[in-house]
Parts: sequence; C-alpha cells; structure tokens
Amino acid sequence: MLHRPIDLTINTDLARGVLTRFIRSEIGRAGFSRAVIGLSGGIDSALSCFLTAEALGPENVLAVRMPYRTSSPDSLEHAQQVIEKTGVQSVTIPITEMVEPLFARFPEMSATRCGNVMARARMIVLYDQSEAFGGLVVGTGNKTEILLGYSTLYGDSACALNPIGDLYKTQVRQLAAAVGVPQEIIAKPPSADLWVGQTDEGELGFTYAEVDQLLYLLVDERFSLHDCVLAGFQAEFVQAVWERVRRNQFKRMLPPIAKLSNRTVGYDFLYLRDWGT
Amino acid sequence: MKISLAQINTRLGDVEANLEKHLACIKQAREEDADLIVFPELSLSGYALQDLTPAVAHRPSPDDPVFAPLLGASQDVDIVVGFVDEDSRHRFYIAAAYLSRGEVRHVHHKVYLPTYGLFDEGRFFAWGDAVRAFDTDFGRAGIAICEDFWHASPPYLLWLDGADLLIFTSASPGRGISHAGKLESAAWVERINQAYASLFTCFVVHANRVGFEDGLNFWGGSTVFDPNGRLVGQAPYFEETVLTVEIDLRQLRRTRARLPLLRDERTALVQRELARLTAKEGM
Repeated sequence: MLHRPIDLTINTDLARGVLTRFIRSEIGRAGFSRAVIGLSGGIDSALSCFLTAEALGPENVLAVRMPYRTSSPDSLEHAQQVIEKTGVQSVTIPITEMVEPLFARFPEMSATRCGNVMARARMIVLYDQSEAFGGLVVGTGNKTEILLGYSTLYGDSACALNPIGDLYKTQVRQLAAAVGVPQEIIAKPPSADLWVGQTDEGELGFTYAEVDQLLYLLVDERFSLHDCVLAGFQAEFVQAVWERVRRNQFKRMLPPIAKLSNRTVGYDFLYLRDWGT
Repeated sequence: MKISLAQINTRLGDVEANLEKHLACIKQAREEDADLIVFPELSLSGYALQDLTPAVAHRPSPDDPVFAPLLGASQDVDIVVGFVDEDSRHRFYIAAAYLSRGEVRHVHHKVYLPTYGLFDEGRFFAWGDAVRAFDTDFGRAGIAICEDFWHASPPYLLWLDGADLLIFTSASPGRGISHAGKLESAAWVERINQAYASLFTCFVVHANRVGFEDGLNFWGGSTVFDPNGRLVGQAPYFEETVLTVEIDLRQLRRTRARLPLLRDERTALVQRELARLTAKEGM
C-alpha cells in the first residue's frame, strides 16, 4: 500500500466560522442566549471558551473554575489567563468540601474512583450554575477523547452541546493557536489533573500525535485494521486502540431501552433535537 | 433573464414560519425584477424530518393552504419551491414544484434518495420515478434535487429532454474539513455543477440552504454557471441571502455554435449500449 503522509491540518478560519455559528444557532433555538463552561486551565476548555465568547459575546458566558485541594496551581492560573483574554464572566467554586466526605467514607478509594467522583462533582456544580446563570453547558470533549472513551460518563462528558467534538486533539491545538489561546496552555502536557502528576499521554500509553493519525485512518478514511498496519502502524498498537474504541461505545450513546411496544424512544421515535425550531 | 437564489435557513417542521419567509423572499425577488426565484430542497419543511415527514406534507394545488399563497405570488415571478409531496395513496416524496402565473407547471420527485453515511432518506420517503424537462416562459427547464445530480444520469436525461436551464436544489450538509479553504462537500458540488454546465452547454442554477439542524451545517454557496462553464454568480457560504443574477439566454446560441456537443450527442448509440448492458448484466 502506498504510504502517504497523514495530514490532519484544518483550515482554521473555516472551522472557527462553522463552530461559532453552531454555538449561536443551537443555544439560540433552545431558547437561550448564554452559556456556562467549566474551565480547567487545559487546552480543550480554553478553546471552547474562546469559541463560545466569540459566538455569544463574553458577557453572556460564565466560566466556572472548580479546583480540588490537590489541583495544580498552574491550572487555576491558566484558567485565569483565559478569563482575562476572553473577557468572560467567571466564578471559582472549589469542590474539595463536596467530595472529601465521600473520600473519608471510603479510605481505600482508588485514584480512578476519586477522579470519577471529582469529575461528577464538577458536573453538579456546572449544571447548578447553568440554572443560576440561565445558560447552557458547553462541552469540552475532543474527538480523540470521545473515540477513546477517555472521560467520565456523566462527569466531564456531560454537556448540552459540544462544539469541538469533531476535532482531534492535534486539530484542537491548531485551532486553539488560531483563536488566541495562550501558548503556555497549548504547549503544556495535557492532563485531567485529577491527581498529582497525572498526564493523558502517560495514562493512555501513547501520544496524541500518534493516535490521532491512526484514528484518522480508522474512522475518517475507513481503513481496515490491516490497511493501517500496511500504512506503517504497529499491529499491536492498532489492535489496542481499536479495542479501546469498541469497549467505549457505551459512552457515546444513550442507555439502550428494552423494546416492548410498537414505538420506542431510541429506535423508531425519530426526531432531531432541533424539532420545531 | 434574472434569477434569484433564495439561500435560506428553515425551521425544522414549521411550515407556516417557513412559508412566511418564502413570501418575504419572493417580495424581495420581485423588487429586484427577478423572473424566477429558486428555493432549496425541502425549503418549506426543513431537511432532517424523520418522523415529522407526514406532519409537514402538502399537495401542490390551489386548495392547499400553503400552496394557495405561493401560487398567488407566482403571478408576478416564477417560483421553484421544495416540499414534502404526499400522493393520493399516502406515499411521501421529496419534491420540488415549478409555479408560474398561478399554475403548477411541473413537480419533480427526487429519484435518488441517499441512504448511507449521515443520510437516511430511503427510510422515510418514496422514490420518484420520472425525470422530465418542462416548458417555461424562458425556455425548457429541468429540476434535480441534491443526490439526483450526484448521479450523472438525471441531468443527462433532462438535457436530452430539452432542458437548457438545469435547476438544482439541495440541503447539502457541510463535511470534510482539511487545510483547503472550502469544505469537501462544497468543492465537490461546485466542481460537478461547473462540469454539467460545460458538458451540456447549458445554464446550471443551484440553490443550497444554510443554517444548522442539530450538528449538521448547511453551507450555502449557491451558484449559477453559464453554458461556457463560467461562474455567473455565487452567494456567500453559510449566510442567509437572496442573490439575484442576470443571465443572457442568447449565450446558449453562441456557445453551441462554437461547441456543438448537443448536436453531436449520439443518443441512439447510448440507447443501444444501455440496452446491451441491461440485458447482459440484468442491471
């Protein structure tokens, strides 16, 4: 098979135009004009915040910082840079007092359990601010993360709409640079910052640059696993990534409903969310 | 001749609201002295209808509450409008009607229903079964709806049936982002529309919609190409617009004097070979 370079470069003007229009349109037709975003200090939420501020006007966006006791001080500081650069409204609501009683109840709690609890506590805060501020929660999950299932279900993946979910991490970096996300945020190693020293690439076992190229072939270009090996990827890597994609399909869907009647939500009751608008 | 391309956004399933927008666009076209205004695919209903399909269906007749005002408006300007047509036996079609001087001159039912990838039309709609050109006050025309002109045969048949004005309508979801300045779907449609104008030495008018339906974006960029394959006018990408362009119908004569592709087209040969292929391969 011809081995050609895999180019994930996007036209950032085009992407920016589509995504800001998407945010404006989909929030507007849901009957809202405002948005709420959880700002972690990382690149994904920074990009979502820049796009949403551009789409709705910064005064209509509330950025919520939700540090835990062990969160990196850099995270707070980077989030602050985004708030200042975009001019959005902001509030800081630590989750330490929310989650520690549960941690105390289960002293043996694993890092994964703790991380999931924190992600879901942040979801609770964010949806409460959504009601208080009168804005929809804008998501911050990218295509790589969604495909790999690298998120907490009903935690950081919970949102009303997700403007960046069809951009691979590599492309998020490119668009982030184009819209003005500070270079410091773009350059630092991606991390969920759920425990000290955690990094995405350390936890996943491969780099975004590698896996994005592979996912692009598997998903966008419809390569078979064998085609990917012929294109130069290690067979074990291809197998492991695709298995991870398969195992996490449940995170990309609503829970299945057991069909009994003639017409069932999820199977043959078919309307877009934009129904009537 | 002046043609207005009504590159509109629509409300999904809200025919009344969409009708109001149609009438406003028609008014604007009249003010710009247009002879014809072309609306996109399913312009009265919105595109991804799914189970809304039966709820938005209409008959193109004077006693229909939606078509009555449109037929009235067609006294002053010809109108191509997109809608869900329900036949007397309750089959639903993706349709486009040509309205002129208070009458329905032609109705086209989409003959190719994409049911793959992000498309699911074959699940909700019946397949049209005819590709016919028709006479207008400006010469003979033909209508094709979106996937109809992703296949070469419907435009080819319309050409052979005498259409010098190919009217294409679509609700084309934007997809395929790369380093290029256009979405791949936009580049593809522009390329084939220009090719049809060149190959058939005719006018190709394309009205595409804009706006979103859930995460689908419709990219607009409606175009008019002349019989030389030259771009006469193009509406902006993604923006709601009524673009009015003037075309010179005498360009047909000049182009075909230079390039007699229509004169030399060997339809009998095509028919013989098609008959052979269909007999041999059971196509």
